[in-house]
Amino acid sequence: MTDMASDGLTTLSPQRESNFRRELKRAVRSMVAAKWPVLALVVLGAVLIVAIFGPLLAPLDPNRQNIMLRLAEPMAEGPRGATFWLGSDALGRDVLSRLLYGARISLLVGVCAIFVGGAIGTVAGLVAGYFGGRIDDVFMRLGDIQLAFPFILLAIMFLVVLGPGVVNLILVLGIGQWVTYARIVRAQTLSLREKEFVEAARALGDSTTSIIFRTILPNIVAPLTVIASFNVASVILAEAALSFLGLGVPPEVPTWGSMLAESREQLIANKWWLAVFPGLAIVLTVLSFNIIGDWLRDFLDPRLKERG
Amino acid sequence: MWTFIVRRLLQSVIVILGVTLISFIALQIGGDPTYLFVSERATDEEIAMVRRALGFDQPLHIQYLTYLGNVAQGDFGNSLSYRQPAMEIVLGALPATIELTIFAMLFAIVLAIPFGVFAALYRGTAVDGSIMTMAMFGQSVPNFWLGIMMILFFGLYLGWLPISGHVPFLMPLLRGDFVTAFTNLPQTIYYLILPGVAVAFYSLSRNARLVRSSMLEVLGQDYVRTARSKGISEYAVITHHALRNAWLPVVTMIGLEFGFLLGGVVVIETVFSYPGIGRLVFNAINQRDIPLVQASVIVLSVIFIVLNLVVDLVYARIDPRVKL
Repeated sequence: MTDMASDGLTTLSPQRESNFRRELKRAVRSMVAAKWPVLALVVLGAVLIVAIFGPLLAPLDPNRQNIMLRLAEPMAEGPRGATFWLGSDALGRDVLSRLLYGARISLLVGVCAIFVGGAIGTVAGLVAGYFGGRIDDVFMRLGDIQLAFPFILLAIMFLVVLGPGVVNLILVLGIGQWVTYARIVRAQTLSLREKEFVEAARALGDSTTSIIFRTILPNIVAPLTVIASFNVASVILAEAALSFLGLGVPPEVPTWGSMLAESREQLIANKWWLAVFPGLAIVLTVLSFNIIGDWLRDFLDPRLKERG
Repeated sequence: MWTFIVRRLLQSVIVILGVTLISFIALQIGGDPTYLFVSERATDEEIAMVRRALGFDQPLHIQYLTYLGNVAQGDFGNSLSYRQPAMEIVLGALPATIELTIFAMLFAIVLAIPFGVFAALYRGTAVDGSIMTMAMFGQSVPNFWLGIMMILFFGLYLGWLPISGHVPFLMPLLRGDFVTAFTNLPQTIYYLILPGVAVAFYSLSRNARLVRSSMLEVLGQDYVRTARSKGISEYAVITHHALRNAWLPVVTMIGLEFGFLLGGVVVIETVFSYPGIGRLVFNAINQRDIPLVQASVIVLSVIFIVLNLVVDLVYARIDPRVKL
């Protein structure tokens, strides 16, 4: 019975509640034992706080230009007694403030794109796996075609025509990810659909929608979370690359990728701080997501740990 | 074998059709595409004229078929900024991009094998730890930032390597000028090091992890134990018995790898002012030169699809387990 509950087979029972707590305890213990995931979680927590409270934390207005104080080195004195902790850029804007504002776009785009891609992919995978036949063929061939196309090229083509913007960016990045989810969900659904508990639900006269979303879906959530955490990492990287190419959000919104794009013009002059700090912000965030993803994979499927 | 080849060929044709369809949709999705081709100050008559000239007044299915027919002949229209056929410009930039991609691919595969093998053999030690930390880091660094950091350190601070430019090797080779090609080669490589490493680092990291995990799996197999028990040297066990199977997953990935690297190349070429398709796309994006963007994207995609086809066919030949 307890085993079944941990698989999420029963809907709600006292056992499940205590089981959830036991699982949580096990997760925390495993996380502390692995050390790095804890640090990663702290970093992500910090990024999240910065993303939410950025405007309160930023010492200066990120878009306030100050031509007299352009390209100031880190720790240099800024306007009205303020300090450019991380220096100022070619227009005299405070790098630290822009960095803090930039966290918003990275997290927002990363997480929203995952929701868009995850939702489309999960529904497509459930439908394809449950019904099979022609509808399955159509979805999977569509996926094949999309994967046969280097993703960044696809994104470039759509964004050039649609124009930059947060919503467009989220849609394009999200649609770029659906195939991964669809394939995994489909494979899981295929095997789950023959299981007894699904048959039982069918015999009880549950509607197809209810079987798909209430009986099958909860059993697929674990692998989905693992993919999602790795996926956030790669989506943030892709967002940075697109912003770097000038296809991200409008230029007045600071993002880490566009800060790096602007730093390029100052490279020869060796204004290193313009490039180093936004890059470090991306690396720390992406690295943390990757570490959490790695840990989550080992935690949810200990068999894989052996194989590293 | 033949049915497999024919089926795979048909599949590739369908995918290429899909690619043209997607690029056609991309053009239409923002509303009337005529506005992408006229300046902002164009009068209504001018807009109407351009619309007729480019065929945007036709029904959609006719437009697509016309588009398809043109694309099949390599005709993407004139580049808006260069005033030359977009295809010619793309083909001119292609050899440089291929050089960079091949260099990066060699780097990503050749180095990944020793790294992965050593990490697996010294599993749990500091060697393993540092290689895997490096690999984790490599999968988290944006390639263009790595490029920028290498420019700052190796190019500007140490002054060891050139930070931009390109010495052609393939171009003279294709023209039949072998002397120039091979006298250029050392310089070509010298200029490729920084951008190549920047493009390849992510793949190198992923491949090293892949080799390590499949090596660990193989080392636990019976035939490796048998080989050891026969008293063969450890070196021979690893190179002849274990490695041969351990790097198959990497071979499988070569096709996909190429596409992935092509994606990275687009960004990296911009960082290093490297005269390939990537920089072309970047400039075309900034000038909203739609024909040039489309020509570049489709050419790169078709190369990617054809390469995947070739890899699949080769793989089917070398791995006897693939049932045809």
